[in-house]
Amino acid sequence: MKKTINILIALIMAAGLVSCNNGGDQKSKKGGQGGLATNAAERVYVAPGEHDEFYGFMSGGFSGQLGVYGLPSGRLLKVLPVFSQNPENGWGYSEETKPMLNTSYGFVPWDDSHHPDISQTNGVLDGRWIFINGNNTPRIARIGLKSFKTEEIIEIPNSAGNHSSSFITENTEYVVAGTRFSVPVPQKDMSINEYKGNFKGALTFINVDQETGRMGIKFQLMMPGFNYDLSHPGRDKSHGWFFFTTYNTEEAHSLLEVNASQNDKDFIAAVNWKVIEEYVNNGGGTKVPANYAHNILDEHTHTATSTMLKEVLTVNPMDVPGAVYFLPTPKSPHGCDVDPTGEYIIGNGKLSADLTVHSFTKMLDAIENKKFDGEAYGIPILNFEDILAGVVKQPGLGPLHTEFDGNGNAYTTFFISSEVVKWKVGTWEVLDRQPVFYSVGHGMIPGGNSRKPFGKYFVALNKITKDRYLPTGPELTQSAQLFDITGDKMELLLDFPTIGEPHYAAAIPAELVAPNSTKIFKLAENKHKYAVLQDSDVRVERDGKDVHIYMNMIRSHFNPDNIEGVKVGDKVYFHITNHEQDFDVPHGFAVIGANNAELLIMPGATETLLWEPKQVGVWPFYCTDFCSALHQEMQGYIRVSPADSNIELSWSLGED
Amino acid sequence: MKKAGIIMIIGSLLLLGLFKFPLWNIMLGAPQYPDPLGMDIYIEGIQGVEEFDIQNIDGLNHYIGMKTIPKVEDMWEFSVFPKVIGAMVALGVLIGILGFLGKVSYKWFLGWFVLMSVLGILGMYDFNLWLIDYGTDLDPKAIMKLENLDGTPMTYKPPLLGYQKMLNFDVDSWPGTGAYMIFVGMILTVVAFFVGKKEYKKSKA
Ligand SMILES: [Cu+2]
Repeated sequence: MKKTINILIALIMAAGLVSCNNGGDQKSKKGGQGGLATNAAERVYVAPGEHDEFYGFMSGGFSGQLGVYGLPSGRLLKVLPVFSQNPENGWGYSEETKPMLNTSYGFVPWDDSHHPDISQTNGVLDGRWIFINGNNTPRIARIGLKSFKTEEIIEIPNSAGNHSSSFITENTEYVVAGTRFSVPVPQKDMSINEYKGNFKGALTFINVDQETGRMGIKFQLMMPGFNYDLSHPGRDKSHGWFFFTTYNTEEAHSLLEVNASQNDKDFIAAVNWKVIEEYVNNGGGTKVPANYAHNILDEHTHTATSTMLKEVLTVNPMDVPGAVYFLPTPKSPHGCDVDPTGEYIIGNGKLSADLTVHSFTKMLDAIENKKFDGEAYGIPILNFEDILAGVVKQPGLGPLHTEFDGNGNAYTTFFISSEVVKWKVGTWEVLDRQPVFYSVGHGMIPGGNSRKPFGKYFVALNKITKDRYLPTGPELTQSAQLFDITGDKMELLLDFPTIGEPHYAAAIPAELVAPNSTKIFKLAENKHKYAVLQDSDVRVERDGKDVHIYMNMIRSHFNPDNIEGVKVGDKVYFHITNHEQDFDVPHGFAVIGANNAELLIMPGATETLLWEPKQVGVWPFYCTDFCSALHQEMQGYIRVSPADSNIELSWSLGED
Repeated sequence: MKKAGIIMIIGSLLLLGLFKFPLWNIMLGAPQYPDPLGMDIYIEGIQGVEEFDIQNIDGLNHYIGMKTIPKVEDMWEFSVFPKVIGAMVALGVLIGILGFLGKVSYKWFLGWFVLMSVLGILGMYDFNLWLIDYGTDLDPKAIMKLENLDGTPMTYKPPLLGYQKMLNFDVDSWPGTGAYMIFVGMILTVVAFFVGKKEYKKSKA
């Protein structure tokens, strides 16, 4: 009886939450937010055998990877290895993929991946590639959305904390990589006390080959030593400009939580990249020595190469008048977001009570009339009032980032007050607010970063989950929350856990990607140096202490499956080619005592695992991917003899 | 017999479709093959419906010890059939022209049809023999040896025509575009016969 009453009370409370949701009650912490009273479950339900409407790509944050989710179901479809080694398929462990993680610091097998962005044509998502930044060891990766593989990684020199990236211009002309930490350029041994005026913040513009997607650093803009937090390209009318938020314009170097929060206003740096591009194309800029890796995975050799580049073109903003301006913006702004029309530039001052919106038209006007309010390091500062389009008054606490639905509404995430606030672009009035659970970072609307958002859903990317899921010890998963934004009020439909830290995300209608997805690699097009395309080419060769095993695999055997003549102290390279030409039939390869990983080899591909036998014996290897009815039989032996043995190399399959 | 001759020529020419379109099609679907595997049987060889279907069918068939699907050089049929069809087209066109010019009787049209029918039946018989051989002459070292309920070894002959459930596969075996073209072509030669007969009677009257 008591229980029934409790349930009744809970239901009444839940109903109260649902019915008076339009403000002020975001502090209520528990209970069936939305969902219960609605048909939310139905709206996120994707029946068995049916597909989600969107691909959602959520950064793995400290996992260094990129998670692929279906929306609206929130199902995890795949984890794409990007900056971190992935033993489950050998990414960063196999001989072919190790070069992908090469940097000027040597092999860096992890990173902190933050902001994915999908390629665009005419400001509309085109589904060709997705880019993501490695924050720690500054890198930008390009993932092909046919193969869903990381195809290229370029390191960013003169940069540290590659945070205001990887945002792209509306024809994918450039991917930017702005540094969060300013550093001495070139790096040198100097006193940290001398930070002010001596450190530089590099904003790197990487051009993208429209055919191949290949990246190359076009120029680095060497800005004053502020912290460059986030960025956003201009759209439509503001195409040709790029906007970067800054904090620590104080140029403090210690106890930044206090010392970098003193200025009432920091800046949004407005960069006219077209002007700089022209300057560079006409021979402008200074080539300086640098050392950075450019890693490319070739789709035909299935092999990555890492090239160290030795030079980069830098541009001093002082040398290109008219290229860079500072827009004063309160106060330590995080997100820097441009609405789909390109007119409004929203500065999310995370310590400010208000949201500041700049007008692009007014900005151009102020520039034309030279209405400056001083300068910083020679860069003109515009007058705050001259460029102000409007202010969203007291929308919440700790605004981080704003996305747009394409219907004239903006959605801003508030970290401190843990909520999403919907407001009207142009009137600056708050239309709706919804609590999130808890402490949201970025938000995401499919295509919300383009001229044409697909404004159906809003995804909140949350940092803390506390009581949202079953506890799993002190470390809980982070999470995403899906809102329906088609009505006047946002409606919470679904919570789902994510890998690592879902820092930012990008989503695209599935129909723009799925039909192009690669099903197999054609064996006939396999140009791998060690590929074994025919059974007659199977062999084992010794080159000093290196033993190369040229092997192939098909359901349900390895060829060869018995190998002898290997010795303790050898370096054994298993070069294995998967002869399947059938969608979704990879085979695995694992050998006992491997100190690196297993392999997961896709149909038609070749991969190489290095194995260094340390003990005499007869050691098994086997397929780790349940591939067929005879998967268990997919196995073989390799005999390891003492180092001084004179047993000849031999190999066989199907002989008694 | 002008009209009949033209119909005869068109009818025989339709057989040329066999050089472009498959004579027969066999599709194999299973739960794990939502896109069924398939083979198109042409008079000049067997091809997968999708690029790698043949390899994948062979891969599956090796479990039960079936031979791999024959390549062009493995079967005499693939060199003889095109010649036979080519000859029949030439013969049909020749008869048609001669009929058009009034040099031969309309009865030749029917003669061509009967000859073609006999060859067609022989062809189907041969095709069925091949299916039987393919489905029953299994490798004694086959990985899976399945038995029927009565204890006899299971065989895997695909149906000559129609649908059949074989283990986990749904097998469909139906004529292809080429077969429909011969069918229409042969009907036309019969039509040519009757039209020719009518024209002949008219000319007599
Ligand atoms: Cu396997």
